[in-house]
Amino acid sequence: MVNVAEETIINTAEAIQPTVEVQHISKRFPGVVALDDVSLQFYPGEIHAVVGENGAGKSTLMKIMSGAYTPDAGTIYLGGEKVSFSHPREAQLKGVSIIYQEFNLLPERTVAHNIFLGREPSNLGALDTRRMNKQAIVVLKELGVEKMISPTAQVSSLSVAEQQLVEIAKAISFKAKVLIMDEPTAALTYTEVNLLNDLVGRLKQRGMSVIFISHRLKEVFDIADKITVMKDGKLIKTVNKKDVAPAEVVFWMVGRTLDHYFPPLGTPEDFGEVVLKVKDASNQILKGISFELRKGEVLGVAGLQGSGRTELAQALFGVVPFKSGTMELHGKAIAIKSPSRAIRHKIGFVTEDRKSEGIASRQPIRDNMLLTVRAVRFLFGLILKDGTPSSRRLVPMLGKQVDIRTDSFDREVQYLSGGNQQKVVLAKWLASDADVFIFDEPTRGIDVESKASIHDMIRDLTKKGIAVLMISSELPEIIGMSDRILVMADRQLAGELPAQSREQEIMLMATGHSKDDAAESPAAAGVN
Amino acid sequence: MTTATATSHNELSKALGYIGVWIKKIPPVYFFLILVFLAGGILDQVLADGQIFKNPLIMQNIVVRSVALGIVAVGQSLVIIGASIDLSVAYTISITAVMSSYIMQGDPAKVPTAIIAVFIIGAAIGIVNGVAITKLKVNPFIATLGTSLIIKGIINATFSNYTGSVPKSFEYFGYGTIGPIPVSIIILFLTVTVGWVLLARTKFGAHLYGVGGNAEVARLSGVRTDRVLIGAHIICSMTAVLAGLFLVSQMRSGAPWVGPNGVYDLNSIATTVIGGTALSGGKGGVWSTLGGVLIFGVLETLFNQLGVNPYLKTVFQGAIIVMAVASYTIRSKKEAA
Amino acid sequence: MTTTTVSPTNQFSKALGKIWTWIKRVPPVYPVFLVIFITLGIINPTKYQSITGIMAFLRTASPLAVLAIGEMLVLASGGFDLSIGSIVTLVVLVSSKLLANDPANAYPAILIMLGIGVIIGLLNGLIVSYLKVPSFITTLGMMLLVKGSALYYVGGAPQGYLTDNWRAFGRNYFENVPVLGRVPYALIILIVLSIITYIVFNRTNYGKQILMIGDNVRASQLSGVKVRLVRIITFVICAVFAIIGGVMTGGYGGVNVTIGEGYEMQAIAAGVVGGVILGGGKGSVPNAIFGAFTLQAIVNLLNLLGLPKPYTDAVQGLIIIGAVAYVGLTSQRKK
Repeated sequence: MVNVAEETIINTAEAIQPTVEVQHISKRFPGVVALDDVSLQFYPGEIHAVVGENGAGKSTLMKIMSGAYTPDAGTIYLGGEKVSFSHPREAQLKGVSIIYQEFNLLPERTVAHNIFLGREPSNLGALDTRRMNKQAIVVLKELGVEKMISPTAQVSSLSVAEQQLVEIAKAISFKAKVLIMDEPTAALTYTEVNLLNDLVGRLKQRGMSVIFISHRLKEVFDIADKITVMKDGKLIKTVNKKDVAPAEVVFWMVGRTLDHYFPPLGTPEDFGEVVLKVKDASNQILKGISFELRKGEVLGVAGLQGSGRTELAQALFGVVPFKSGTMELHGKAIAIKSPSRAIRHKIGFVTEDRKSEGIASRQPIRDNMLLTVRAVRFLFGLILKDGTPSSRRLVPMLGKQVDIRTDSFDREVQYLSGGNQQKVVLAKWLASDADVFIFDEPTRGIDVESKASIHDMIRDLTKKGIAVLMISSELPEIIGMSDRILVMADRQLAGELPAQSREQEIMLMATGHSKDDAAESPAAAGVN
Repeated sequence: MTTATATSHNELSKALGYIGVWIKKIPPVYFFLILVFLAGGILDQVLADGQIFKNPLIMQNIVVRSVALGIVAVGQSLVIIGASIDLSVAYTISITAVMSSYIMQGDPAKVPTAIIAVFIIGAAIGIVNGVAITKLKVNPFIATLGTSLIIKGIINATFSNYTGSVPKSFEYFGYGTIGPIPVSIIILFLTVTVGWVLLARTKFGAHLYGVGGNAEVARLSGVRTDRVLIGAHIICSMTAVLAGLFLVSQMRSGAPWVGPNGVYDLNSIATTVIGGTALSGGKGGVWSTLGGVLIFGVLETLFNQLGVNPYLKTVFQGAIIVMAVASYTIRSKKEAA
Repeated sequence: MTTTTVSPTNQFSKALGKIWTWIKRVPPVYPVFLVIFITLGIINPTKYQSITGIMAFLRTASPLAVLAIGEMLVLASGGFDLSIGSIVTLVVLVSSKLLANDPANAYPAILIMLGIGVIIGLLNGLIVSYLKVPSFITTLGMMLLVKGSALYYVGGAPQGYLTDNWRAFGRNYFENVPVLGRVPYALIILIVLSIITYIVFNRTNYGKQILMIGDNVRASQLSGVKVRLVRIITFVICAVFAIIGGVMTGGYGGVNVTIGEGYEMQAIAAGVVGGVILGGGKGSVPNAIFGAFTLQAIVNLLNLLGLPKPYTDAVQGLIIIGAVAYVGLTSQRKK
């Protein structure tokens, strides 16, 4: 949807000076060329997406622009003036702010303290809290969120989206002319993403130059004006969004066409008997959950943040068990009160946050993969020299199954890319021989190629007869992967939708309307 | 319901609301302190015919007993908020006691020299701790442990018994009163207040919370994390010096075993944690630590008055430390380390 | 890859390069220990360059090494055990009373102490796992509790002497061993314990799970690891090793009230010098042992240099800081 105003802005942008420009930037790390002679311009009033596979150099470029790294060669220009930063604070003071995926916030301190950390208003060393809070309100007002967020609120009490707003407020307080965001929507839900997009649109209208890195092409195409593709440290292309199609962008990113975004959905022959049957199950958070999961199918779970999707997974896996209702696995009544019980029942749980819940980052890949296997065996059971309880070939076999790219399984997991780390987690559950897999945001923060790889693997699991429950905030992923869709709202099951339902239908149900509303509403007639 | 009763209902609930807000602000440790008091009162009745708490000086006794630990616990709290720790305070107290007494030699004219000297020593210890932790990147546990061994060595090499003496004028610190209130208690409260002001009302304090909460975030925000942490360690060592001066003014002569005897290192850490400040840093305060210190003070006094065997006292101390902390942690959902 | 003629100098520098990378991978504790031990050998060849002398050294160093192994397990799991020093005190003092100066009581006394060790370890583990009190605080409290109990039980002073057969474990030698001459009992105990621990730590599911817990408790939980059980077992092992170390220490040094004072700090320092990261996730049995040897060698070196005991403490402190800084800085460079 292009309006005249947008077009005008882009055209005039080319006539005026770029807010920030990098010329011939190169950066090397031991053993790898991160950036190779990259030159790029970013204009005011423009939303510019930078895309590329992991290792393409996007993060490195952003870190150089924001002062976290210094380039080996090349120059940075701000408003036509040559600058060089030796510390991120210098860049911030000059108007370049960056928001990382893991926020740079202190959870135990207030919003105001976080915004002004390091430059608190003071009189000779004595903190002026009142002035600080007042200034915080001013900044929050500029974003239009002063009613939502109080300067004295403790950051840990805010939602992820609100915390992100605090980060943006921080940038505004530095009078940022350039705002760089790394995967800004990775941890947000649908409505929050829309709110963020509105906010970013407002920032754009104020003349800010907004740059963001994202793996979610849908969002890139929703909101960006320009798209830059990087690959292997080099700049491939910069194009206007309206001049290209997503498939072309993907082609430039990976250097070849990906045959499909998603593997084909299952057919009725693939679905077997009901493996998991939950009836009227509740705990302190969820109420009256009832559904069935069949062998060989992917049951997608959609819903807004707070609707209870992760809590559902946690209940099924015994982390926060159900307190009432019934659960039947393979026809037998069971009660899952702990993760090890769930694992013995052959349920696997690939969690949302692999860093804090999925991997032990300083341990070798091998040990991470074998964790579930070892955990359920006899504590003092001996293991072989390669770490496996039985087969010498288990680890390489698993590695091949999940397509991990690594030179050695003794490497610590922290040195792998996000996509490969997620594959280690997947391998761990494959090793446990689970026949019910629960995925919570399986491809969050993962590059396009690994994403497709993981989607293929999920479908392969179902072909082997494994039942998959997949929670996701990415509607394209839900629609592309699910044979059936469960929609949660308000910690209850709002309803069930068939495969290939439309976004509007899912969203309407997630926001509390019924399916019939979806059919009748004019929005349903819109483009997907 | 008539309007008259309606408004008085309203006012009552408003008043209760305000009280509620105020109660929530009191660190939970003080409720624990009240419990300990009550328990002590019961024990008193049962074992000592209620004699202990009948003594008007008992309260004063409790607080005075808490002065040394309280002063050093303030410093320790600052360091712990910065996600560090200081195991060298016990020996810092010892060296202060010994050196100050040695320099004074009972001569009032030498008092200022002695005080300046020990504060310089304290600052030096703090600097060494801070530099080892920030520049040499040694784990705080090990660094301050190492420093304590160094100080221990220096003390034992030069002194082996009571050394020198404290002039009567200096005993004012330990025994004097301003009006009805002992000077030592005033100094304690001053120290806690200064600690509080530093934490809540200065840039330094805001930065210290940042360094303890997430040093990387603080660094990226331009906070000079090294300087802040070194500063915290210097302050901590200085509080140890102050505590040492108090102890020596009470004892009238300094002895090398003063610090380790009072277990000031582990006790200052324990009272900080009991007060509610987490070892992981980034949050907490000093008034809550004072609560923990007072709990220890009550127990000390009680045990002494009841004539409890000193070894059993140690046993109870250990058990109480664990139980007090457990009362907080038992409710947490996360696994401890 | 293009083929080029490989000249001799090329091969030589390649070989050097390979050796250098191999050297860099050697944990720093070994070169440090070698340097100190060689220095000892230079200063006092009779003691440190002779087999008898080395065996004597190993006799004194073995108790700390045993403690260090147990402590290393707890450190690797992400915790601390500060109670092991007072456990040593407990062993020595309580045994002095239990023995009642009668050698016949020796073995039963040791068995009783081992049982007490299990109980202490269980308490530590249960409190950390179920009351969620951080191990630092738990074992700190336990340290006071154990020390106080020990002193109370003996009324503040040792109640007897330690019989010869009880002391044999720490003091005596196997005589007439081929090649080595005399081999201390203590060394054999150390070797046996280290082999068992090595197997358990490196070759059992339990051992691997210790590291997992130390690295990421949550991920371990969610992968089915019985975190509490693993933790409790680890604390029990550590406490039992402390008991054994106590028997060895008492055997060697005789009874005295302040024995064991500060031992836990030394054990932790030994672990850290051996490359353990305080926080969990890394550990190694041989490295911890040599960490302990290094600390003992340092003490001996200082004594040899004629430094009076107080200065020994001071220099020990300096060296601990230095060793840890060195270990920390080298592992950072590796990244």
